[in-house]
Amino acid sequence: MMKTMRKTLGIVLAAVLCIACFAGCKKSEGSGGQTLIIGGSGPLTGDNASYGISVKQGAQLAVDEINEAGGVNGIKLQLEFEDDGADPSSAVSAYATLYDEGMKVSLGAVTSAACVAVTEEVKKDGMLMLTPSASQKECTQYDNCFRVCFMDPDQGTYAAQFIADNNVGSKIAVLYDKSNDYSSGIRDNFIAKAQELNLNIVSEQAFTDQSKTDFSVQLQAIKSSGADLLFMPFYYQEAALVITQAASAGMDITYFGVDGMDGIIGQMGEANAELTEGIILLTPFVAASSDENIVAFVEAYEKEYSATPDQFAADAYDAIYTIKAAMEQAGIEDVEDAELNEKLVAAMTEIEVDGVTGKMTWSADGEPTKTAQAVVIKDGVYVEY
Amino acid sequence: MDFLSNLISGLSLGSIYALIALGYTMVYGIAKMLNFAHGDIIMVGAFAVIVCINTCGLPVWLAAVVSILCCIVLGVLIERIAYKPLRRSAPLTVLITAIGVSYLLQSVAQLVFGSEMHSFPKVISMPTIQIGELTIKGNALVTLVVSAVIMVVLTLFIGKTRMGKAMRAVSEDKDAAELMGINVNKTISVTFAIGSALAAVAGIFYGSTYGFIGPYTGSMPGIKAFVAAVFGGIGSIPGAMLGGLALGIIENLSKAYISTELSDAIVFGVLIIVLLFKPTGLLGKKIKEKV
Repeated sequence: MMKTMRKTLGIVLAAVLCIACFAGCKKSEGSGGQTLIIGGSGPLTGDNASYGISVKQGAQLAVDEINEAGGVNGIKLQLEFEDDGADPSSAVSAYATLYDEGMKVSLGAVTSAACVAVTEEVKKDGMLMLTPSASQKECTQYDNCFRVCFMDPDQGTYAAQFIADNNVGSKIAVLYDKSNDYSSGIRDNFIAKAQELNLNIVSEQAFTDQSKTDFSVQLQAIKSSGADLLFMPFYYQEAALVITQAASAGMDITYFGVDGMDGIIGQMGEANAELTEGIILLTPFVAASSDENIVAFVEAYEKEYSATPDQFAADAYDAIYTIKAAMEQAGIEDVEDAELNEKLVAAMTEIEVDGVTGKMTWSADGEPTKTAQAVVIKDGVYVEY
Repeated sequence: MDFLSNLISGLSLGSIYALIALGYTMVYGIAKMLNFAHGDIIMVGAFAVIVCINTCGLPVWLAAVVSILCCIVLGVLIERIAYKPLRRSAPLTVLITAIGVSYLLQSVAQLVFGSEMHSFPKVISMPTIQIGELTIKGNALVTLVVSAVIMVVLTLFIGKTRMGKAMRAVSEDKDAAELMGINVNKTISVTFAIGSALAAVAGIFYGSTYGFIGPYTGSMPGIKAFVAAVFGGIGSIPGAMLGGLALGIIENLSKAYISTELSDAIVFGVLIIVLLFKPTGLLGKKIKEKV
């Protein structure tokens, strides 16, 4: 009995080995050309799983499209994506695994803390890293690190620019969370840019993590200042409180949020649905856009995964097309090119990519320059501003 | 006009604190214990209203009654199960138990409702009143009036009824009261019931003022109300009212005219100063140590 089992096991294992070998061969030799492995990690399980899954799906979609169209200079792309549970040490070991598998370009990690940890490894290896979604400043701290999404505080700059360009409000009030880096970082950049653009800021109010339930005093001051636009660089949980309290104080003001505001419709629920009407928020990606690039992307994504792509999927999709653009710019024809890393990093600052999250160029410090887009809430859904 | 508006919202916030502080102070006065789970009863009361209105579709007044009944039952149960067996133990034991009950309530709420904030149904349909430039929120007005009525009724209850007399007697000397034929257990249960009912009312006002309720909603107002009770003189009913109102006004005015970030520090700073000069609080009685 024991013997037969062992025998069967042996045969099965041998078969698996053969298949693995065959599969491995097929990958690199499939179309006679070469394959460039793009690696990345993100949370595919746990609390933040939706971020990682979106990134993986968005990137995979772009990889499939590019390969179907013949690859980049004849080189096929291959995506290897590991689960890091948004944990820095898991992200580092995922990076090591991917490196051993022959990764040539890294997508870093999906979440900020994990991505910062990966930058240290990437720095040693000199490989091009392009994170789709890690927004913390330190995620692009080294020369070979780039990102697709906005850096957190930059949203303030874009918000001020957007308000000036579109004439959203003439008297602006700012309310922010002083105890939170994300909120105060955006506020600092917003104020700086607003002064540069001569925007009229009539009131500035703050709250802290300890006092974020009662906004009556701040709202009273904002009301008295006669402001017609309220800039709110914080998350939707607090925004919901502010908006409900402002409504009960009889305030009529336009609310302007950043990406943290995404989620406000669900938070306000049906009972307060009418209060969300007209809220404007800055976002890197508008799924409801009429732009043909975006329409095509949303359609393809929905067909493949039966879900509407979010900003993470869009950022990842753009990241893959950015890598393609960099490879073309650098004229990469051999993935074993000894100067592959240097060529790709140098190409990053020379390319312009017209992606689903906007037209992008990159500066040497790794930050993208792109026009911010905004959505406004109408009848409980986002529409293009 | 800003000043008046801030004053009124301060008064409204203060009356919520006062309602909660009354529960703290009554329980302390009669059972000689700090019921730190009291703040979380507010949260339970508010969630009860959400469930009644959103899930069961009850009318507002019935939802309020159910919520008050829920809190009364919960308050009395907590007393019977967690505090009564410890009545003869060291005060520290009871205090730790109360903190444990507080965490228990929060965790159960988190398990049942999740950790996110739930929007509170509109229970007070009082429009905002606009007099010239002065805006008075309908909510604030209702909160103020109802709290004032409750406080008057409570004062009369304690001063004029037999139960009130029993409560005062138990508060003065539990053993002597028992010898006089007062049912101490029943008196303490009634105290918890009244305190919890007030907490439920505070929870309803809190929910309708701020619009959102989460499992940890009760903890901060609970602490503030405890401060209010100490500020006014713990054990004293008019003290709790005065302390609550004073705290609400100080908090709002310091937010408006000094600093939004420092408002809590100022509130607690005022408490320290008051306690330095009047260790028993504003209206607290000095307790003579009998030798």
